[in-house]
Amino acid sequence: MRMLSWLYLALAYAFVFLPVVVLVVFSFQDGRLPVPPFKGFSLQWYDKVLNDSGLMTALWHSALVAFVSSALALVMGFLAAHALARVKLPGSVLMRGLLIAPMTVSYLIIALGLLTTFNQTGVKLSLWTAGIGHVVINLPLCFAIAYAAMGDHQKNAERAARDLGATEMQVLWHISAPMLAPALAAAFFLSVTFSWDEFIIAFLLTRFDVTLPVEIWSMLRSGLSPATNAVGSLVFLVSISAVFGMEIFLFRRPK
Amino acid sequence: MTANVSIRSVTQTYGAALALDDVSLEIAAGEFVVLLGPSGCGKTTLLNLIGGFTEPVSGKILIGGKDMGGVSPAQRPTTTVFQDYALFPHMTLADNVGFGLRMRGMAKPVRRGKAEEMLALVGLPGKADRRPHELSGGQRQRVALARALAVSPDVLLLDEPLGALDLKLRRAMQDELKAIQRRVGTTFVHVTHDQEEAMAIADRIVVMSAGKIADIGPPREVYLHPKSLFSAAFMGEINQIPVVNGQTSLGPLVAGSGILLIRPESIGLAGTLALGPCKVTDAAFFGTHVRAHVSPVAAPDLTLTVHLPQTSATVAGQVLTLFATDHVVLSE
Repeated sequence: MRMLSWLYLALAYAFVFLPVVVLVVFSFQDGRLPVPPFKGFSLQWYDKVLNDSGLMTALWHSALVAFVSSALALVMGFLAAHALARVKLPGSVLMRGLLIAPMTVSYLIIALGLLTTFNQTGVKLSLWTAGIGHVVINLPLCFAIAYAAMGDHQKNAERAARDLGATEMQVLWHISAPMLAPALAAAFFLSVTFSWDEFIIAFLLTRFDVTLPVEIWSMLRSGLSPATNAVGSLVFLVSISAVFGMEIFLFRRPK
Repeated sequence: MTANVSIRSVTQTYGAALALDDVSLEIAAGEFVVLLGPSGCGKTTLLNLIGGFTEPVSGKILIGGKDMGGVSPAQRPTTTVFQDYALFPHMTLADNVGFGLRMRGMAKPVRRGKAEEMLALVGLPGKADRRPHELSGGQRQRVALARALAVSPDVLLLDEPLGALDLKLRRAMQDELKAIQRRVGTTFVHVTHDQEEAMAIADRIVVMSAGKIADIGPPREVYLHPKSLFSAAFMGEINQIPVVNGQTSLGPLVAGSGILLIRPESIGLAGTLALGPCKVTDAAFFGTHVRAHVSPVAAPDLTLTVHLPQTSATVAGQVLTLFATDHVVLSE
């Protein structure tokens, strides 16, 4: 039985990670095609990719959009969560529902809606419009995580801070946000990874400056190459770093 | 710093429930007042009103002669020690204690000095760089006290601050709380449901029941000469003997009508009020005293609880001639 459990575990991990392993392995292919057989170890594709200015610009754009849109989503989500957790408002259940609702809508629909809106209002497509799209998808996430983390413990500390002379802004800055730091960090890193990997919204809402997934997609149109594998491996490396960062913030902290 | 508190005809409701019913109370500057009562009696509501966390439906609260109507907790000359301490877990003790001073724009080195001074006052010297999670419950309580006192409030409000501590620690902290209050001279308003705690620390006890003040006075007064049946029973065990026109089932003991109240330890083998021969139904050794139940020979249906001296060799079936010292008659 015990052996079978371990076998199942191994198979489950293989199923999840095999595509990534294949991607990474063939990014080191010493040849023109990222398919078996593996002809030898080479870093030439990484060299090519890192010296491709188009790709590097797209990489920079992706990082910019990911960090700026996640920071915005985090601030807005945190403020909304704090308000709805602390102040009794008429219809607060409905407001909470409306804030989380975009999570259930597909990215394609959100992108189409935003595209129509931007066209109608004459807003030019750019990294900004893609960033706005990413705020739309990440705000509900940040809101939900921050809202779930708020408890009576923080509420009492906030009350004590007010009693000691803190203004509402000072309470938020010195007490609420630092006390929720693990949850807020988790929300931020998740948002960054979602924005970093996101393709549909970025594809439909950018024009001349594009993000990395869009750039990779245009690379793929000219056929398979170990270069795409190399880019994919780099993207994966960044995502997994963000996940590790999140784990450290979440679990390394004393409770 | 210190100031007097004047509560004038304050009424507070929560929905249909009446939390405070036309309460008036004068607290002198530098006084240690304990609001005592069972849960739901309105004591915490009154504390929250003084601290400014809620506004009364009607009535006024004045601190140092100034009307506090519409003044936020931050602007009031009060600070609160909360029941769950509400320390800031992400800050060191120095930053916790110095928080109020930081909000008042005091420079960091000055804050640090003041925080260390306050930590020493509450018996935690040299722990300024620790964090709250490294401390025991009693130590956190001390930090909460230091934090509230650091801003030199005129009035310190304490919301069942010792409630989460075990009995031994609670008794030790009571003595310390009293000593600290004497040193700083600030007006302390302390809420508790523990009458022993109230007697140990209070200059004056305010016994509350159902949104009203049931009794008020120094501990000795409230304990020995309660002004209401509620406060008599809440302060400790008490014998109740009905009196009608100077007559009781024991014969003519006292004048008037109402209920004759005698504490168990006020009954003994000598005293001013003769209770006559009483038969002991049971007796048990309680360490500091012998606790016995007795029935007067004249009224066998009546049972009195009596605390006799530790040295007395009381056994069931014995007949003792008993007397009472401090007694009160309350008309119903």
